[in-house]
Amino acid sequence: MTTPNIIELDHVSKRFTKELDIAERTARMLGSSVEPQTVHAVDGVSFGVRRGEVMGLVGESGCGKSTLGRMVAGLLKPTDGRILFRGRDVAELDGDAARDAALKIQMVFQDPMSSLNPRLRVRDIVGEAPRVHRIAPRREVAGYVEDILEQVGLDPTTGKRYPHQFSGGQRARVGIARALAVKPDFIVCDESVAALDVSIQAQILNLFVRLREEFDLTYLFISHDLGVVEHISDRIAVMYLGRLVELGEAEDLLKRPNHPYTQALVSEIPTFETQKKIYAGIKGEIPSPLRPPPGCHFHPRCPHAHERCRIEVPALREVAPGRLSACHLNDEAAARRPEKAHA
Amino acid sequence: MTALLDVRDLHTHFFTRDGVAKAVDGISFSLQRGEILGLVGESGSGKSVTGFSILGLVDAPGRVVSGQVLFDGEDVVTAGEGTLRHLRGKRIAMIFQDPMMTLNPVLRIDTQMIEAVQAHEKVSRKEALARAREALVAVGISSPDERLESYPHQFSGGMRQRVAIAIALLHKPDLIIADEPTTALDVTIQAQILAEVQKLCADSGTALIWITHDLAVVSGLADRLAVMYAGRIIEEGTTAEVIGRPLHPYTKGLIGSVPQGKRHGTTLTQIRGMTPPLLDLPKGCKFRPRCPRADDQCLTEPPLGPVAGGRRVRCVHPHLEDQEDAVLS
Amino acid sequence: MTDQSVASELELVGNPATVRIDSPITRVAKEFVEDRIAIAGLILIVAIAFVAIAAPWIAPQDPYDLAQLSILDGGLPPGAESMTGQTYWLGTDQQGRDMLSGIMYGLRISLLVAAVSLGLAITIGVVVGVAAAYFGGKLDSFIMRIVDLQLSFPAILIALILLALLGRGVDKVILALVIVQWAYYARTVRSSAIVERRKDYIDAARCLALSHRRIMFRHLLPNCVPPLIVVATVQIAQAIALEATLSFLGVGVPITEPSLGLLIANGYDYLLSGRYWVSLFPGIALVLTIVAINVVGDRLRDVLNPRLST
Repeated sequence: MTTPNIIELDHVSKRFTKELDIAERTARMLGSSVEPQTVHAVDGVSFGVRRGEVMGLVGESGCGKSTLGRMVAGLLKPTDGRILFRGRDVAELDGDAARDAALKIQMVFQDPMSSLNPRLRVRDIVGEAPRVHRIAPRREVAGYVEDILEQVGLDPTTGKRYPHQFSGGQRARVGIARALAVKPDFIVCDESVAALDVSIQAQILNLFVRLREEFDLTYLFISHDLGVVEHISDRIAVMYLGRLVELGEAEDLLKRPNHPYTQALVSEIPTFETQKKIYAGIKGEIPSPLRPPPGCHFHPRCPHAHERCRIEVPALREVAPGRLSACHLNDEAAARRPEKAHA
Repeated sequence: MTALLDVRDLHTHFFTRDGVAKAVDGISFSLQRGEILGLVGESGSGKSVTGFSILGLVDAPGRVVSGQVLFDGEDVVTAGEGTLRHLRGKRIAMIFQDPMMTLNPVLRIDTQMIEAVQAHEKVSRKEALARAREALVAVGISSPDERLESYPHQFSGGMRQRVAIAIALLHKPDLIIADEPTTALDVTIQAQILAEVQKLCADSGTALIWITHDLAVVSGLADRLAVMYAGRIIEEGTTAEVIGRPLHPYTKGLIGSVPQGKRHGTTLTQIRGMTPPLLDLPKGCKFRPRCPRADDQCLTEPPLGPVAGGRRVRCVHPHLEDQEDAVLS
Repeated sequence: MTDQSVASELELVGNPATVRIDSPITRVAKEFVEDRIAIAGLILIVAIAFVAIAAPWIAPQDPYDLAQLSILDGGLPPGAESMTGQTYWLGTDQQGRDMLSGIMYGLRISLLVAAVSLGLAITIGVVVGVAAAYFGGKLDSFIMRIVDLQLSFPAILIALILLALLGRGVDKVILALVIVQWAYYARTVRSSAIVERRKDYIDAARCLALSHRRIMFRHLLPNCVPPLIVVATVQIAQAIALEATLSFLGVGVPITEPSLGLLIANGYDYLLSGRYWVSLFPGIALVLTIVAINVVGDRLRDVLNPRLST
């Protein structure tokens, strides 16, 4: 693969610490065992996104996928590790370079209502940044905004309306138009279709696909819905409780999931059935990120868990060309039959 | 055998500042004992309001304007509050998308469950507690005694939903109405809940109305499906038939919209336009402006007419002919 | 227990595009006028404000132009006629000032003090409150400690101490009122700004590399306005009352620029000797003003409150 990585994550971690309040601090002085709580929302994640591809990022609630997306979009600073944009650490940029990098990475949010300022007209929501940053000449901003609204499938004359006068799908389009208006290279889509009705979701997914071709965009497409991610992505990364557990080409990953967690996710994608299906479901709850289990985070729910999984954190290793997985089973399988690493 | 539930030409309207929103506008269906019906529709289709109407839970500015909801032969719409209270919780239970609609955040689970038992039956505290414990075990909760002594906020979303289901099951109701009960849950947890519900309905013979926007989720669970659009049922039939050979262009479009199982990267079949606002519905067939098959005949609204095999469809141009390009073969 | 889901369903039902094209302001205005008492309050406020502003042109006399006063007219009851044949509808005080004119000029001072202090206190409170919510962390803790400290003392006490140190004067009363009031606005703005701050549109604005100042005042602040309006109406009534109290106690405005409070104080000595009107009418003017503002404020609070459905 020679396509350069547009975004590169290098052992990125994010920890959130909840400081003790006065009552808890007093309790602690009096001998109680209250500790400041730390959540490892993202725990040493490394991967690259190639220019022009769609990288899917899936996982269930609390897996850190949104935190990761927000770090890439520059809304949160990593506690450890580096995020490189076109080979340069974004944390070390300043002034105009920092601003340019920030504009080149945009985000499309989940909730189409709360991500639009209710007090601004749509033409201002979309046109503000181009005006402020001189992306379009001042006198041409109005026309520029109309062009973009048209690009995302909105009637340009609706620019004078407020967000509450639009339907959910139209609001999603406004959110996309806002991101497009600053001519980004990279868009983080954080559950961008999750809040939409099925028929509208298809429209927006198709829009994402079309815009990517027209504007030469790269996406980090974050979703809990493996079916949606599979449809749009070239490669998929799977996260569980802050860690990357598997990464690979989309179709291949769904056909031959390696990690037991990915296998569970894949088997539980709801599909159309014409007769009753026996639902099974993997056992167990998703553990609290405050107290993740030791060793492999997935071991309490894993049907193949053994002694080593309870103690040792499995490393993310290449198990086949272009396929990374973090599971001890691979070592043992490799030891026995090195040629069939992920059968 | 008479149907357990028989909804006849139900109209539930909301009288808002801006006009009358006909959220449910002439719905009829029936449900046998032990049957699972999937009530499918997008937001604003009236599927949730239908569920609330069956329980007599529609609040102002909404009102059941006309129609009958016969539960075991008795009309719920005209029943008094006393009868309704007896029905709700005891013979018909409801599960909501947000389990906190059922659970009280400041009371312990045992308190809430004992209260729920004693609301309808004169039993001792001890016996009620035993029933509560039994119900928790039935929904797959592994350490019921510990859970009983906890507060709802100590649980994860999936666990709360299990407890809400356990409460719904306390009186072994004849009918459970579940309104998007797994929508807020993670995929792996959703599969667990589906597994439990499926097992419970099979074991106890409880009838179930599963209200959802997700046709795929309900397709593996329901015996029959009713698809709603703009306050009407537009297609009804057995799951195998509706999924395997959708007749209404909307149902066909919905199935085409879901990315699952489609070839990677292909353009999804999309339904153009958006759901019409209930205050400003189009003339004739409500799906007409979005329908690829619409013509002048569609300016008169078609009835929900019977088609071969006990199916009903509300369409002038149903997809009867093209069996060969059925969405799923 | 079903309210919420029915309401959320309804919201989607009322799915608008073509139905509702009211801007938020139009909607608020429409709902406001549904309450007759609130309309009466609003009309009264407008009338009072008009009288206050236009006092020099509409008052029968200038009560502080000594040339127009005649000591012989002192202490006349309401409705009495002066030596020159002019009717004193509300009577005169012991210096022969027409009470009606006195009240008009007094309102002018009272409202001026309240309005200027309101403007300054809101400005300070908004800047401080929005900054605290937007930047959070240590700045937020520091600012909110000051606010807490400020709010833990009774306003009247702080104002009395300040005026004891500063002396009398319209400007000094304004300064005292700003100091005792900014903290209410800061706290109000901060609490709504903290909620808004977490919404995605603020993150979206940050993604667009907009300046902090722009995000704070163009994106965050406009969404915090409704509770601010409610607090402002309560506080302006408070400010008028506080100023009246201070002036009544003799530490507020100087005798040369008497506000309603000072007028009441002037007549206080004569209350028991039968000349009730010297205190009573300014008192009624004061009460009417405050009640009118509160009635409007209550209605605004009802209309602006975020509710389940729009």
